[in-house]
Amino acid sequence: MAYQNIFNRVQVHGAPEPGVPHPKGGIWGRGKARFSRLFGRVGDAQVGPGYLGTTGLLSLLFGIAAFEIIGFNMWASVGWDPVEFIRLLPWLALEPPAPEWGLRIPPLNEGGWFILAGLCLLISVLLWWVRMYRRATELGMGTHVAWAFASAIWLFLVLGLIRPIMMGSWSEAVPYGIFPHLDWTTAFSLRYGNLMYNPFHMLSITFLYGSVLLFAMHGATILASGNYGSHREIEQIVDRGTAAERGAIFWRWTMGFNATFESIHRWAWWFAVLTTLTGGIGILLTGTVVDNWYLWGLEHGLVPPYPEVFPGMADPAAAP
Amino acid sequence: MTRRLILLVCASFVMVACERPPIETSQNGYRGTAMVDVSNPRDPMVAMEYPAALPAAPSSGPKAGEVYENVQVLGDLSVAEFTRVMTAITAWVSPEQGCNYCHNGAEFASDDMYTKVVSRRMIEMTQHINSEYESHVGGAGVNCYTCHRGKNVPEYIWFEQGDSANGNKYFMGWRNGQNRPGADVALTSLPSDVFVQYLTANDNNSARVASDTAHSPSPKEPGITAAEHSFAIMANWSQSLGVNCTYCHNSASFQSWEQSTPARTKAHHGLNMVRSLNSDYLIPLESAYPANRLGPEIGDAPKAYCLTCHQGQKKPLGGADAITAYPSLAKN
Repeated sequence: MAYQNIFNRVQVHGAPEPGVPHPKGGIWGRGKARFSRLFGRVGDAQVGPGYLGTTGLLSLLFGIAAFEIIGFNMWASVGWDPVEFIRLLPWLALEPPAPEWGLRIPPLNEGGWFILAGLCLLISVLLWWVRMYRRATELGMGTHVAWAFASAIWLFLVLGLIRPIMMGSWSEAVPYGIFPHLDWTTAFSLRYGNLMYNPFHMLSITFLYGSVLLFAMHGATILASGNYGSHREIEQIVDRGTAAERGAIFWRWTMGFNATFESIHRWAWWFAVLTTLTGGIGILLTGTVVDNWYLWGLEHGLVPPYPEVFPGMADPAAAP
Repeated sequence: MTRRLILLVCASFVMVACERPPIETSQNGYRGTAMVDVSNPRDPMVAMEYPAALPAAPSSGPKAGEVYENVQVLGDLSVAEFTRVMTAITAWVSPEQGCNYCHNGAEFASDDMYTKVVSRRMIEMTQHINSEYESHVGGAGVNCYTCHRGKNVPEYIWFEQGDSANGNKYFMGWRNGQNRPGADVALTSLPSDVFVQYLTANDNNSARVASDTAHSPSPKEPGITAAEHSFAIMANWSQSLGVNCTYCHNSASFQSWEQSTPARTKAHHGLNMVRSLNSDYLIPLESAYPANRLGPEIGDAPKAYCLTCHQGQKKPLGGADAITAYPSLAKN
């Protein structure tokens, strides 16, 4: 019989994996293990036992509260009409307070709901972070996932909390809505003289696209060397087998250099983490340190000088 | 086959908002800077034109102001030329109702019809545009048809939105004047009640939100809210002229005049013109109108913006000459 690649669509049912023993007896996690053929098509067929715990439960509750505040405000903004709610959903939003409120808390229906939703969402996300950290520790794992998540939380905190406080106004925060948050993004770039000239924005985009590229390269390498045992990826980190050798040779042939089975995961982790880390720095500097990125770029030789196409163009309002 | 058909139907839903190629593009800035003007040659607005000018009338003979009573504008025209202009105005504004849309048929001199009072002021406004805003309408000029297009009331006018733009008044659902597919702001979710602040002299709030200096500390205002308002009025202009941002701006720096195209200077004069039209002509007419001509929400007078004349074209009616045949509409 030919070698059977473990990367296949066969779903084998054995006894469910119960999880890790709890130090005080029993097993971590609650509920029964089930099997789902549908889940098995995209991942592990075993569903559960799960672990919710105090932080998980509270995080879900606060998250639901934020979701409901945002959703009900959207629904109220169309006069509680369910059809209009669905039809206009991409345009609807929960808006931050108007600029005149500064950092004061306005009445509920003038941005107060926004502050409340933000607070609930913040608590929810932070508790979920604690939960991730603690679950990893209980399993004796490293806390890489939690720290990667922290990088995303950093960007979220900068946008919704740290920068508005530094600017002295909640109105600087991003509205909770689909199109409205995109319009906010464009308005942000227009106000601060083109975010494309913000070096941290450049870095963030580099890491974002880099993450995508690394993900595609690594995923493709592993799938392509599956015949030689690349599914035992982690074993091959310390004990290189023929799959790892072939993957490495492939990249040395095509680009002269290869990441190792170990380092490729550090590449991926850092690229992903740096996307939101640098992005957050870029947002935080905008309006607080740099007020116009285009003019900043001119000062620092970042903006290339182009010849004048329409000589004599000048601000007519400045004319005498 | 069925699957292919379903895919085709789905695709047609997705693509329904797209204009079919080919789209014409022309470069209007330095190469490599994405300065491109995009236009669709199949735009139905392109085909619109002015009605043919009426045959010239003799300028000799008695003046209209001497022959007719209560002629407050155009009184120095000859009776023949005055009649010719009146006939043209009828075709431009009330082709169906004729003279009686503005005039009391029994007593032409009477001012009891509000339409006559308004149209007299509109003639003055047309003269004001043609004589004072050469910087914006130069080379083409405007006449009544530029906005009216054969309709009693120009199709594209604006009113203030009042409280309804703020969403649900009670408990929750405040939307701060935005978050609807605004017909006047290119269907974005941007604030749609932005015309008073930019297009009347009441609040001369500048749309210039970008800072003049690279470094903070900068004033807290204008902030993001002001930037969204500025973005909204720009979306309105873009939609009114059927152009993209780069028709006027270099998107590297929207604020830089040195890198903008001459069209931006033209637009700047247009802004001043519209402010003058609204605050000196259209808003003061509020008391002259009957209730059905006033704004549905706060009862304000109908007002003008770029779309009123441009109606989706860079130059109204393709930049055709509106005034040479009617020089009396260009006098001060």
